[in-house]
Amino acid sequence: MTLAETARAVRAGERSAREIVDEHLALIADRDGALHAFNHVMTDDARAAADEVDRRVAAGDDPGSLAGVGVALKDNMCTRGVPTTCSSRILEHWHPPYDATILSRLAAAGAVMVGKTNLDEFAMGSSTENSAFGPTCNPHDPTRVPGGSSGGSAAAVAAGFVPAAFGSDTGGSIRQPAALCGVVGVKPTYGRVSRYGLVAFASSLDQIGPFAASVEDAALLFEVVAGHDPLDSTSVPEPAPSVVDGLGDGVEGLRVGLTKEFVEGADADVVARVEEAARALEKAGAIVSEASVPAAVYGLSAYYLIAPAEASSNLARYDGVRYGLRVDGDDITDMYTATRAAGFGAEVKRRIMLGTYALSAGYYDAYYGQAQRVRTLIIRDFEAAYADHDLLLGATSPTTAFEIGAKTENPLTMYLSDVFTIPSNLAGHPAISVPYGTGDDGLPVGVQVLAPALAEPLMFRAAAALERSLS
Amino acid sequence: MTTVVDTDWEMVIGLEVHCELSTQTKLFCGCRNAFGDEPNTNVCPVCLGLPGSLPVVNERAVEYAMRIGEALHCTVEPSIFHRKNYFYPDMPKDYQVSQYDMPINARGWLELPDGTRIGITRAHMEEDTGKTSHVGGGGRIHDAGYALVDYNRAGVPLVEIVSDPDIRSAAHAKDYVDELRAILSAIEVSDVKMEEGSLRVDSNVSVRPAGSSEFGTRCEIKNLNSLRSLVHAIEYEARRQIQLLQDGEQVVQETRHWNEEEGRTHSMRSKEEAFDYRYFPEPDLVPVEPSAEWLDRVRASIPVLPAERRAALAAEAGTSSTADVAVVIDRGLDRLVRAAITAGADPERVVTHAVHNLAHETAANLEPEKLASLVKLETDGTLTATQAKKVLAEMLEHGGDPASIAAELGFEAMDQDALMSVVDQLVADNPAEFDRLKSGDQKVMGFFVGQAMKATQGKADGRVVTALLRERASS
Amino acid sequence: MAEPISREDAAHVARLARLDLTEDELERFTGQLGAVLEHAADIAALDIADVPPTAHPLPLVNVLRDDVPVASLDREEVLAQAPAAEDGRFKVPRILGEAP
Repeated sequence: MTLAETARAVRAGERSAREIVDEHLALIADRDGALHAFNHVMTDDARAAADEVDRRVAAGDDPGSLAGVGVALKDNMCTRGVPTTCSSRILEHWHPPYDATILSRLAAAGAVMVGKTNLDEFAMGSSTENSAFGPTCNPHDPTRVPGGSSGGSAAAVAAGFVPAAFGSDTGGSIRQPAALCGVVGVKPTYGRVSRYGLVAFASSLDQIGPFAASVEDAALLFEVVAGHDPLDSTSVPEPAPSVVDGLGDGVEGLRVGLTKEFVEGADADVVARVEEAARALEKAGAIVSEASVPAAVYGLSAYYLIAPAEASSNLARYDGVRYGLRVDGDDITDMYTATRAAGFGAEVKRRIMLGTYALSAGYYDAYYGQAQRVRTLIIRDFEAAYADHDLLLGATSPTTAFEIGAKTENPLTMYLSDVFTIPSNLAGHPAISVPYGTGDDGLPVGVQVLAPALAEPLMFRAAAALERSLS
Repeated sequence: MTTVVDTDWEMVIGLEVHCELSTQTKLFCGCRNAFGDEPNTNVCPVCLGLPGSLPVVNERAVEYAMRIGEALHCTVEPSIFHRKNYFYPDMPKDYQVSQYDMPINARGWLELPDGTRIGITRAHMEEDTGKTSHVGGGGRIHDAGYALVDYNRAGVPLVEIVSDPDIRSAAHAKDYVDELRAILSAIEVSDVKMEEGSLRVDSNVSVRPAGSSEFGTRCEIKNLNSLRSLVHAIEYEARRQIQLLQDGEQVVQETRHWNEEEGRTHSMRSKEEAFDYRYFPEPDLVPVEPSAEWLDRVRASIPVLPAERRAALAAEAGTSSTADVAVVIDRGLDRLVRAAITAGADPERVVTHAVHNLAHETAANLEPEKLASLVKLETDGTLTATQAKKVLAEMLEHGGDPASIAAELGFEAMDQDALMSVVDQLVADNPAEFDRLKSGDQKVMGFFVGQAMKATQGKADGRVVTALLRERASS
Repeated sequence: MAEPISREDAAHVARLARLDLTEDELERFTGQLGAVLEHAADIAALDIADVPPTAHPLPLVNVLRDDVPVASLDREEVLAQAPAAEDGRFKVPRILGEAP
């Protein structure tokens, strides 16, 4: 059942929201112990919300376009009164006194919040192994990672715990786990979805986006949460665009650029799937040719200076003063350093160090400053590519899901997982990962469709065509 | 007022003034901007810096910042916000959102009452911090047991006004702050109360040999809670630095804390190294680029400022006394004075009355024409200065017109002959004193004038008495 | 500027970031940071001094809000999350050194 069908059935009184949520909760209770997709299951709140939806239906009200739909939220989105830990010890027991904007929008559409999902600590990672509460397993193979940092949300959808989930994408953290778990994952244009209530990692790169089993479901979720928010100064000053209606419009005449920088370096079986996707689009009427975004090869370096720099500043507030973990000290400085030492994991500390260094006196221009200039180069190269193409195509992740522990030795190895996804974050452009077959190991492969800023309707259209080509 | 410490040396002063804007809400959120409320009752996710919170700029704060820029003759420019990163418990995010190399206002000046122009480097926007109280150990930082933090003030909009290092004396430093306060008050952007912290001053002080054009090493002086402290601290610090240099030592560039009780500055070298603020553009905010229309509207909203009022008053009153002009402006009496002068009154007399016999509250209902009439009665000799003062007092309390009041009080011009006979009588009755007067003792004139006043129940015109006596003495 | 970071630099950075690292962590991080910075040599080598930096992917300006009060948080809810509180305020260990 699609989300739209579920909601219709609930609104029509054919299915009860409570029944639906109880199914989700039962499955989670039964199987999440092994998978650890969830940090926190909101059992009572979910049932209460579902009951409310049913009450409204009974009263003749319209609870909304996602009536009764079970949704999971990455545990870096503020949920009032409910733990929001960012999978970190430093926020392990923190309950925000407010809701993220996305929560209000989902609730207004009748969705039922089922729980908070696991992530790499503070969204820093590509495997969910950096969670302070243990990794999440890939539902396709529990010895493997689900990807990251939104591994919990991807896994929750892939395992069928919930039909919808949200994550955040700073360098690929929605798309890469979507690819590794065989689900659809969307990073909208920067500013499309409000960041108010999303615990910040890298402010100029972070975006919230949906996971779903199908492009249509992801499109509906996107429509519900996107749109201007006055509480977010970086929010696009437009309402959400319509993307669901045009999904069936096809790709006839669309110019698609198979981008070499988003294929080079991927495993051969991944490359094969991307090429198949390109041919499928061609068969559906698209004009596929080669494209290049030359500066994209510098994306990794630029990202690993910009993101940690912003993060080092965003994470300074975790100091034991107002909320979260406090480790006492003789004076405030001792308290700060002891608290942060105990509260943050190794990857977070590493990135804070890197970011602090990149911003520090004498190094700003060579590192952070240079990275922001490279960002301009990447944007320009994307612009040039989009002069000749409507959309770009490539791989999402260079590999299929790797084994838990395989890349934790050397941080740099892990960072390379994001090489195809990072450039869109730097440019602020939207991109979507669509499941497209499997690798030689039988594990899911995701193919990435990239679009210019604000071109989600076109992007979803092409993604839908790709999805159709598989059936 | 103390003078320059040493003529071989010159002090060089720059002032950083933080002005709290009197907006309804904070700079980045809708919490109330209010002084004195119960701790932590005006806080929200944004100003507490809770995870996931985001800032949104207060339009009125930008308007006020532009007004300040215009009033200080700055160029108002497109600007961005920067993060200034450092750890302190009164900082909810452990970074302050401020402006760094693209401030909203740059390159202005203000004019002191004596005409000296002081350059303004910049006036930028930033958010205020919370308030920390140190508990235990007598409330002093170094002996405290612990601290308590209130975030009501965190996020309140500030404009930081930085002067060029153009100030050369403690007195001018005080004048600068007074003038700035008057300007900020006139444009209605702040309560500018130093005692409530809506105006805070830090001073950069250095010294150099008189006549040198190179800058010496400067120290920043903090904890200046009043104009008195400002003046004393500057003088102390200048002396301290001069002493060091005279002893062959160096001035260390550092921040020093003024201790009012001890009357000295202390080094604030803490165990942390010099602050590296790691400024970078605030990614959660977008640039502020005021349109030409907005700038025009702001410009049009600026009222007549103190310097202009002084100039206008001085021109009309024909007075060169900057002190008098300052008092008149300060009391808000310049419009009254200028109107009285326009109505034909003698400028000097009007100003004298304003300075010595009028306060703003009492003069509120005084009509300029009536004041002018009163002054005319003085200048045409009908009333003495003393009598005029009494009439004025009556006018202020009960209203009425000067001529009728003068008549009621029985004041009229004293006959010249009558006055002469009074003088002759006094000379006759006080031969010894008159001898002294004749031999050149000017002081004894006061005695005679006083006696004349007594003899005439205050009706004598002191100037006429003086003139007559002088005539007598020289004949 | 492709030199790996020195141990002293790393220690200094840890202090700036208020991170109390063990000797072991400091050693490891110095090496790991060095590796990332070395990788970043590819962009350090680019001659792009006259390329303007991008701080924001979105070309927005003048996002402003009206100066109208909005309800604040309930103090009890706020302080309930505080590690330590007294007299309606957040309590912290003594502070040596004044704010900059």
